[in-house]
Amino acid sequence: MASSETAATAAEEKDADAGSAEARGRPDSSGDLAGLEAGLDALDSGGGGDRVPVGRVLLTRVLPPIVAIALVLTAWQLTYWAEVQPDYLLPSPGDVGAVFAEMWREGTLLEYIWTSVSRGLLGFLIAIAVGTPLGLLVARVKLVRAAIGPVLTGLQSLPSIAWVPAAIIWFGLTNGTIYAVVLLGAVPSIANGIVAGVDQIPPLYLRAGRMLGARGLSSVRFVLLPAALPGYLAGLKQGWAFSWRSLMAAELIVHSPDLGTGLGQLMENYRTMQNMSGVLATIILILVVGVAIDLLFFSPLERRVLRSRGLLARVS
Amino acid sequence: MTLALDSTVDEDATAEADYAVRFAHVSKSFGRPGKQQLVLDDISLDVAPGEFVTLIGASGCGKSTLLNLTAGLDAASTGRISVPGGRPALMFQEHALFPWLTAGRNIELALRLRGVPKAERREEAERLLSLVRLNGSYGKRVHELSGGMRQRVALARALAQDSQLLLMDEPFAALDAITRDVLHEELTRIWSETGVSVLFVTHNVREAVRLAQRVVLLSSRPGRVVTEWRVDIEHPRRIEDAEVSALSVEITERLREEIRRHGQQ
Repeated sequence: MASSETAATAAEEKDADAGSAEARGRPDSSGDLAGLEAGLDALDSGGGGDRVPVGRVLLTRVLPPIVAIALVLTAWQLTYWAEVQPDYLLPSPGDVGAVFAEMWREGTLLEYIWTSVSRGLLGFLIAIAVGTPLGLLVARVKLVRAAIGPVLTGLQSLPSIAWVPAAIIWFGLTNGTIYAVVLLGAVPSIANGIVAGVDQIPPLYLRAGRMLGARGLSSVRFVLLPAALPGYLAGLKQGWAFSWRSLMAAELIVHSPDLGTGLGQLMENYRTMQNMSGVLATIILILVVGVAIDLLFFSPLERRVLRSRGLLARVS
Repeated sequence: MTLALDSTVDEDATAEADYAVRFAHVSKSFGRPGKQQLVLDDISLDVAPGEFVTLIGASGCGKSTLLNLTAGLDAASTGRISVPGGRPALMFQEHALFPWLTAGRNIELALRLRGVPKAERREEAERLLSLVRLNGSYGKRVHELSGGMRQRVALARALAQDSQLLLMDEPFAALDAITRDVLHEELTRIWSETGVSVLFVTHNVREAVRLAQRVVLLSSRPGRVVTEWRVDIEHPRRIEDAEVSALSVEITERLREEIRRHGQQ
């Protein structure tokens, strides 16, 4: 059924022009092509990103938050001087600073921080170990997604403190309760992160992977997981925030002499002593630790991954 | 016509076949039973080993569907596709390189999935990069490369599969004219150096004539083989050559005729 036509005109012209390529003096040496190509490559490739000078980084990235903090402290100090509230309700920044200084002298400051951070990190690691396979299952198995996908999303909006009473009944006043609350807070974020990451993979990557021979597990390992990494990292970042928040909720309520004193317990201790400076100092510590872990660990990791994939435009 | 049951792609590597791919009465419909749309209708076509064939046609002729069937990404409704040389390599219009890997690592992944031992991968990847004239781009990230360079890396990755058959789905459609021109030359050179068979889909008639030994015209909705032309123009060719133009005009006329037919229905 496929009829075949010969290109008569073209064939005739070809005969007439036989050997004309040389006659026309066409440069066809591969060296010429290579040169042309090298020129195109040089013109088309974007230049490498220049490094921003340190002075500029200090000026545009470091200075603004410092100024913002200074302004907040100033406003606080002015409110204190205006005696809007009595001392025991609104201490001065200096009073709060004195609490830090005292904890530092007693050597308890790092101890409190470490107790909480180590709990938070351990809980977070367990949450990764549980949330990652769970997220992969939800992302790749339709039935699982239909069954628990909506629940997983819904769990994210459930405040983790709501789990505390149930956890205390199950585990008593132990570390088990604290970890249970952290896990219930962080696992849904991490799982949802990987689901979002997998959903956003361009189908072309999966097809390209299949064409290269990636099937089943090797497709997951070489295509699916690396392609989902940006979404997964965003999920981990949020998972850490949820871990930390859940941990503080649990520590505030779960009190026992057997348990070490974390930041939540420290705050509760200050509250029972009606020590407002101490309460404020602890709030600041919780905030600083949460922000520091994000700034020192997650943000650089996320930036590195995005930049290596050309997904991060430099904002000048 | 064979039954739908054996509509799978045959990847019989042992057969000493005189074709790189054979389509025998291949049809493909999409949609639910009862409301089916026929996309490919009774396609029969051979590509000889080492041959360069371009498929042209207007929108809706099922060119890409045919490649997907050949690549095993989808199954034919009826008929049989035989690929004696094993799994074909496929190049897409988008480069489809993995952005989390460097250019060299993209190629090495293809080698790894093909089962090349670790010790040989690096060297082989460098060899393939120099085949597409990208020596020194091993460590470059995909986003650091220009469009033309990306397609060359994609070509090197496709060649890394060491397949007898290279399927190309409008791989140069998104490139500017000068870059496309250069890539035509590169592809012609690599095709004659490696002896790979190429089935190249495009809607650009001049490109089809510039590259191929044989141009096959498909009709649209459903896609059928209308006719084909042998292209006996000697290499080296240029897209602006008089012979290429003359044949392109003739093919374009025929293509327009096909398209007009749809307006009259």
